[in-house]
Amino acid sequence: MTQNILVVAEQAQGAFRKVTFEALSAGRNMAAGLGGAVEAVVMGSGIAGSAAQLASYGAAKIYVADDGALAEAATEAYAKVLAQVIEKAQPAVVLLGATTQGKDLAARLSARLNAALATDCVAVKAEGGQVTATRPMYGGKILAEVSLAGTPVIVSLRPNTQTASQAAGAGVIEKVAVQVGELRTKVVAQQLDAGKVDLTEADVIVTGGRGMGGKDYAAVEALAAALGGAVGASRSAVDEGWRPAADQVGQTGKTVSPNLYIACGVSGAIQHLAGMSSSKVIVAINKDPEAPIMAKADYAIVGDLFEVLPALTAEIKKLKG
Amino acid sequence: MEIVVLLKQVPATESMIAVAGDGVSIKSDGLKYVINPYDELAVEEALVIREAQGGSVTILSVGPTKAAEAIRTGLAMGADKGVLIDPGDLVLDGLNTAKLLAAALKSLPHELIIAGHRAVDDDNFQVATAVAELLGIPNIAMVVKQTIAGGKIRCVCTVEGGTKEVEAPLPALIATQRGLNNPRYASLPGIMKAKKKPLETKKPADLGLNVADLQPKVTIKALKAPAERKGGRVIAGDSVQAKAAALARALHEEAKVI
Repeated sequence: MTQNILVVAEQAQGAFRKVTFEALSAGRNMAAGLGGAVEAVVMGSGIAGSAAQLASYGAAKIYVADDGALAEAATEAYAKVLAQVIEKAQPAVVLLGATTQGKDLAARLSARLNAALATDCVAVKAEGGQVTATRPMYGGKILAEVSLAGTPVIVSLRPNTQTASQAAGAGVIEKVAVQVGELRTKVVAQQLDAGKVDLTEADVIVTGGRGMGGKDYAAVEALAAALGGAVGASRSAVDEGWRPAADQVGQTGKTVSPNLYIACGVSGAIQHLAGMSSSKVIVAINKDPEAPIMAKADYAIVGDLFEVLPALTAEIKKLKG
Repeated sequence: MEIVVLLKQVPATESMIAVAGDGVSIKSDGLKYVINPYDELAVEEALVIREAQGGSVTILSVGPTKAAEAIRTGLAMGADKGVLIDPGDLVLDGLNTAKLLAAALKSLPHELIIAGHRAVDDDNFQVATAVAELLGIPNIAMVVKQTIAGGKIRCVCTVEGGTKEVEAPLPALIATQRGLNNPRYASLPGIMKAKKKPLETKKPADLGLNVADLQPKVTIKALKAPAERKGGRVIAGDSVQAKAAALARALHEEAKVI
């Protein structure tokens, strides 16, 4: 076993996800604590060319598994390759982004390797050879500090919670011979909106709640577009069928940590507050000055969102020139 | 179709959660417990499949004696039988929970296993997928639609920025995501019938597991409430335009987020 940190890189439509750079940065800090190095593994098809980019975030070695069999991001194939790389690299810690793929892959690996797993962590450290992580539970109502035993330990990091910073690494490329054999799960189709920023990775989120009064989210969408952000929804808006379930922020939806969260016509039920309280700055726009969200917001405007949003969108556009 | 639903009893999502005196658990007195919302989707989907194809629905849960209430609710919705694994004094992490479930599943016929993609208490996102791995069967996560034909299950799943369609041969495990269905309520006759449906309780030792092998690898050292957010300021102004301009300025100059 080494004292190294192995970061599992993730790509979306040909580019590394931001969380991959965040994980490499967090991994560097841990490696310093353990006296090891940060390494990375990239899996996919036609990805060899982009792998070297990981060196600029400190990867000393980059395992590259480039094979047609890995074209579809299927957990089954990735888990097989990753288990082979871990066997070879012998890391003390495996770090992943807590994305849809990262969480599924981490769970498979934990069972396959009989290894400790802490999911969706907001902080992780290695001190005195011991890995501890901080992770939200109960949809963010509680923070747990957990210790992980055994080797390796697996930690997935919540996107947007670690600062990505560059640092030159040796970036030695090591090709991995891919042998996935027959796969049972098969991706037969996918529909991806290339321009859409996922809520969990967005720097800015504009959320519309019950106060939207219906399916017309044009005012929210316009503000989100002006800010380069994503559109969220409260549970009641999803229950009403105004927005898809994938847009839901809260305990039974997504927990988010953007730089700026703008809640429009959202009352602020405890489940919703739990899901967005870790945002850096919160703005609430609501007719009701007594709505619970107003007491949690850094900035609040009392008013009709259908009047405030277009005015705010115009001001933002002015500011951005 | 023989279907097993993995179900967990959790505090209702409207609950306030407070840390108990020991610093590593939560205050449970006064909490209302319900079926994990994602597992409720799993029960509903299992019933829909059984209604179309015949077969039976078994609910399998790991939890204390009290968790039998959640199984009974699932039986009242229409499931056929329940199995509760009571871990007693064992401290469980996600992987150990998966090991108990996988061990119990070895003696429960299953062509399809349906589980929530996470429980809204521990938020581990681990147990469903880990059970599939331990049983050596495929899993499909974050399912919002499924169809079964010719010994295969085909699912639409949510991923970042869209959806994917994934197919796997049965037996398989699928994990639910919101949008899959709208769970039915337990009817009064359903509740009456549920009282007579079989519900068996087992201990880890009954599953052929060596309890000594179930040392948790993840241990909670401390629980704490996240930092309380304090309200900031209400943006004043003579007009909507003035308020909007003041807010944009504050976000730019003060908060520096735009």
